[in-house]
Amino acid sequence: MGKYSLMMGSEALVRGAIYAGIRFYAGYPITPATEVAEYMAQLLPRAGGIFVQTEDELAAINMAIGASVAKWKAMVATSGPGFSLMQEGIGHAINTEVPLLIVDVQRGGPSTGQPTMPSQQDVFQARYGSHGSYEIIVLSPGNVQELFYLTIDAVNLSEQYRTPVILLTEEITAHLWEKIYVPGPGEYPVLPHATPPTRGDEGFLLESQLHDERGYNVANDPELSAKALWRLIRKIRDNVDKISRIEVKYFDDEPSVFIASYGCSARSALAAVKMLRQDGYKVGFLRLITLWPFPENTIRNAVRGASTVVVPEMNSGYIVNEFRLLGLNVVSVPKLGGEMPMPEEVYSIVKGVLS
Amino acid sequence: MNPLIQNYLRSEYAQGKRRTIFCPGCGNGIILGYFVRAIDELKREDGFDDSKLYIVTGIGCSGNIPVPLKYNIIRALHGRALSVATGVKLVRPDSEVVVFAGDGDLLSIGGNHLIHTIRRNVGIKVILVNNMLYGMTGGQVAPTTPMEAITHTTPYGNPEPPLDACKLAVSLGATYVARWVVPLAKQCIQSIKELLLHRGFGLLECLSQCPVYQGRYVIGIDRPSKIMDYYLKITVVSDKPSYGDKITIGKFVDYERPTYEEIMWSIVNKAREGGNYEA
Ligand SMILES: Cc1ncc(C[n+]2csc(CCOP(=O)(O)OP(=O)(O)O)c2C)c(N)n1
Ligand code: SF4
Ligand SMILES: [Mg+2]
Repeated sequence: MGKYSLMMGSEALVRGAIYAGIRFYAGYPITPATEVAEYMAQLLPRAGGIFVQTEDELAAINMAIGASVAKWKAMVATSGPGFSLMQEGIGHAINTEVPLLIVDVQRGGPSTGQPTMPSQQDVFQARYGSHGSYEIIVLSPGNVQELFYLTIDAVNLSEQYRTPVILLTEEITAHLWEKIYVPGPGEYPVLPHATPPTRGDEGFLLESQLHDERGYNVANDPELSAKALWRLIRKIRDNVDKISRIEVKYFDDEPSVFIASYGCSARSALAAVKMLRQDGYKVGFLRLITLWPFPENTIRNAVRGASTVVVPEMNSGYIVNEFRLLGLNVVSVPKLGGEMPMPEEVYSIVKGVLS
Repeated sequence: MNPLIQNYLRSEYAQGKRRTIFCPGCGNGIILGYFVRAIDELKREDGFDDSKLYIVTGIGCSGNIPVPLKYNIIRALHGRALSVATGVKLVRPDSEVVVFAGDGDLLSIGGNHLIHTIRRNVGIKVILVNNMLYGMTGGQVAPTTPMEAITHTTPYGNPEPPLDACKLAVSLGATYVARWVVPLAKQCIQSIKELLLHRGFGLLECLSQCPVYQGRYVIGIDRPSKIMDYYLKITVVSDKPSYGDKITIGKFVDYERPTYEEIMWSIVNKAREGGNYEA
């Protein structure tokens, strides 16, 4: 039996991670992800795990890689500038197939930007931030309860697909206090940890250049290099419908307009849909739980019959492009500066679209 | 192929289907041989358990040294070998973690991690291969290149003074620090053995020849044997690190203090006292 508890998003994230079997955390303090580190420093040793405050984010992600390879599920958490520093390590974990949880608690702006303000400005960095061709799984929780469960899901996905998974949240959800249900031991599924395979008496070879299935460097062989890279890409691309999830509401009466959003912005989006419905407008609601790989088919089916999708998000208009690529008529509601898009703002934009 | 070394190789290397990437006369292959001999001697003399070995490498020619070996090998990103190795050592404190890294890798791009890994006294054993430049990328200046030396990125002479890795390590409290030079086989092998048996952070800097770039440009000699002679001329045994016109070699420190992994695990055990376990 689990229990109900009032907690801050960061604590829910930490408890979710420990529930999922994370036993190694490495990080460097940064607002607004610092609470994650502080809760970890408290709770992880009690669960028999190790917490390290590293000299920088480069050390953090690489230490976590070492811990994951050698024995334990491992994670890092950071925000914008630290997320930038970790990008090389993310690609490295993808190429060497190291399961890892990477948390980015988004703040605003390029550079030091807006340390204490929320944003969703890293959604493309989460997808494309590291160099080279790759696919990556990125999850976006909408509230504190979901932050708890998606943390576990992220760890499970990273083990199942042997790849780093990014949990992309925002200052708002990480600092929000909500009542959540914390399941008891064994109540929610948790996958075992995958370490690199060895062969007979030969240890593993984890090669950071492109390599074949035994770890041997194939970087100078075009055919084998392409094969190595396509395998990494396909293991995510070909499983998009198994990996990616959306939430759809208010779709039964086949609305011609949907408001589609994700993360904290989806809360305003849902409020706007409710206001519009109260005033007699037929509007649907779609929320991305997985941002990447982008669940094209699922979305296409969900909004079948709709002509327009309105996308509020806390950046200059990023995810809206993905909807545009689906051939839908889109209305971008970009919001910069650190304030959430307000339900009233979304309401009036949609009303304009409908009339 | 030397039958002793063959026993330690992955099958494709043992069968000759794969070869190391090193240029003829490079010091890297010689260091690989020393490493295998040191392990083989330790296994016979001390019952050294090489099944607990994890080897982490930097990126550079020297990062390829252990690749043919049958051990668990992690090729880290350029500069990040010590971070990866720290992660391994913390979660497997009973393992033996060895790092092979070049002078550019360890002292330039990875310099910050070197400082903090030594400060923490993580029980990692580092074999620093100092060929006085960047070999892999084709002979550019490194933090170890002598002042005024000509390299591909210092065509008018190196404007920067070099860094003495051993002096830095000693000043930071490293518990084992030695520097030897590839032509001195016995000393190199002995030092690797000491390193592997050492408790706490250990650094062995191995001055090594890169005939292709360092030989030709930095010191103006490209015959490997002649570079080794040159190395013997510019080095002198001492108990204090120094890296100038003369480079001192020898063992500079060898003592013990509590290691990072020991302290970490005692914290974990303390936090769990009284069964205050929370999932
Ligand atoms: C982040 C990053 N920057 C640059 C490089 C290119 N690079 C590969 S090896 C190397 C230098 C290697 O020099 P050193 O560490 O001395 O090793 P050596 O080849 O001399 O043994 C560089 C700069 C890289 N791989 N990654
Ligand atoms: S470039 Fe220099 S260091 Fe690299 S393998 Fe060739 S000789 Fe050795
Ligand atoms: Mg070098």
